[in-house]
Amino acid sequence: MQIYLPIAEMSVNALLLLGLGGMVGVISGLFGVGGGFLLTPLLILMGIPPAVAVSTQAPQIVASSFSGVLAHWKRRAVDVKMGLVLLGAGLVGSWIGVQIFSLLRELGQVEFFVTVCYVVFLGLVGGLMAYESVGALRRRRNGAPPRPMGHPRRRWIHKLPWKLRFKQSKLYISVIPPVLIGFSIGVLGAIMGVGGGFIMLPALIYLLGMPTNVVVGTSLFQIVFVMMFTTILHAVENRTVDAILALLLLLGGVLGAQIGAGLGARLRGEQLRLLLAALVLLVGLVLAVNLVAEPSELFSFSHVREDA
Amino acid sequence: MALRAAVLSLLSLFALFALCATPGAAQNPAVIPGPVPLEERILTGSAQDEVAITATFSGSELFVYGAIVRSRFLSVGEGRPDIIIVVRGPSSPVMVRKKDRVGGVWMNRKAVRIAAAPSFYAVAATAPLDEILEPLDDFTYRISIDRAVLVAGIPFSSAADPASFGDALIRLKRQSELYRYSPFGVTLKGGTLYQARFRMPANIVEGDYEVRVFLLRDGHVKDQARLALPVRKQGVERVLYTAAHETPLIYGVLTLFTALFFGWGASELFRLLRR
Repeated sequence: MQIYLPIAEMSVNALLLLGLGGMVGVISGLFGVGGGFLLTPLLILMGIPPAVAVSTQAPQIVASSFSGVLAHWKRRAVDVKMGLVLLGAGLVGSWIGVQIFSLLRELGQVEFFVTVCYVVFLGLVGGLMAYESVGALRRRRNGAPPRPMGHPRRRWIHKLPWKLRFKQSKLYISVIPPVLIGFSIGVLGAIMGVGGGFIMLPALIYLLGMPTNVVVGTSLFQIVFVMMFTTILHAVENRTVDAILALLLLLGGVLGAQIGAGLGARLRGEQLRLLLAALVLLVGLVLAVNLVAEPSELFSFSHVREDA
Repeated sequence: MALRAAVLSLLSLFALFALCATPGAAQNPAVIPGPVPLEERILTGSAQDEVAITATFSGSELFVYGAIVRSRFLSVGEGRPDIIIVVRGPSSPVMVRKKDRVGGVWMNRKAVRIAAAPSFYAVAATAPLDEILEPLDDFTYRISIDRAVLVAGIPFSSAADPASFGDALIRLKRQSELYRYSPFGVTLKGGTLYQARFRMPANIVEGDYEVRVFLLRDGHVKDQARLALPVRKQGVERVLYTAAHETPLIYGVLTLFTALFFGWGASELFRLLRR
């Protein structure tokens, strides 16, 4: 069934989009990640203009993370103060990210820049995750007790000024690291079309030493509000948010997430993380090959809109 | 539309008859009735007077037809005329970019701004253009694909060869079926009636399209006719596109809340179902 996307101005197969949303939904339900890092590159590979693919992710992420935030909120698993600091910095980051994105669009470098960002971040995060989960699996096989998570050396963080008390996280730390984390997530969200959970979670746990029971709720809290803001900015600034595309991906995604969550309950943590790491690395590798291999078509064109 | 074309053709037939009848017999008997000079006019119509892009739009076929009216019958030695039909979408400037290897990776390096290129362009004729169309007429009326794309623009950066960028644009557009050339796409019956079919692919954009029909003899354009063909998004497509471009803030907010409603609503529904 073909459907014409009003903003992307192209006809695509609606079932394919539903399926794609569903597949990524399964993965996001299985691993508890947003899945934006998979969906955006897949949409670009499908021929959706990169600008539309990236900015349409924003409402999609809001919608799929919203029920998660509600659930965590009810369980009081959100550090509101930390969330607000991350959010404030995230909004500034998102604004700057959208400006960078507009500039890239003018220069015709959206695709290149987005791809490079993906290769770097997927490579880094995938590599770290793989290293960590292989280590954990090996220790388990050797019969050694699992090493306690978190609390690596973070002494330098305690030397920074402007300390704040975060009661719910039982932390007394400088406001600078959370502001930097929130800001970078905002920028990345606007440029890469990702919520940024896959970067924020490790940052909050390993850099700040936040207790794991509030980490997910707090990062979802920040992601939902930053992505709301990003949606509006992309709609106003770039006019590249495609409502039909967002809805199709969303419907598939919600369904898939239910299936994924069911599957996830049957697998062990380390195995899950190793699988996710392999997936992340695979996507990064495909994009890296695209960047390095000589493209079959060197030319591309875009009509210059006079109404913009 | 068909009715209008029919009435038009009748009217012009009458006009032509009147035209040939006057100098002939009654009014001026001093003039010897010689061979009437051959005059040809082209009439055209199309099966659709607009193309609607709806949510399920998957391309469309455009049927163009018409007739040639003449001041008299063709005599021996006067061959058939040739016909070229052009369907043309709205024009706008285009940036053509070329990837180059920079430190091991491929990225867009050179860019050329093409002054104007139609979003859609289809040419059909009764014979290959190079056999029936003089270059000067092609230049004047901008008929062939090469003439329709105005390459002469401002060199954007260090682009060495703007023409190759123009060629690349035409090649890419032809690959996505947005530019088409069918040398035998027009059928002419009995030297008078003609018809052609054009396929409009699913990836066309909206705008004011135009059908131009040229009547040619000896490589020169003798007459032409035009039809306006608006291509418009309709229904949901129309509403969303207009909103996104004219009230982007409201569009953004509404998209957000619709997405929120569906995403949240669906997961609540699943939770209820599982209980």
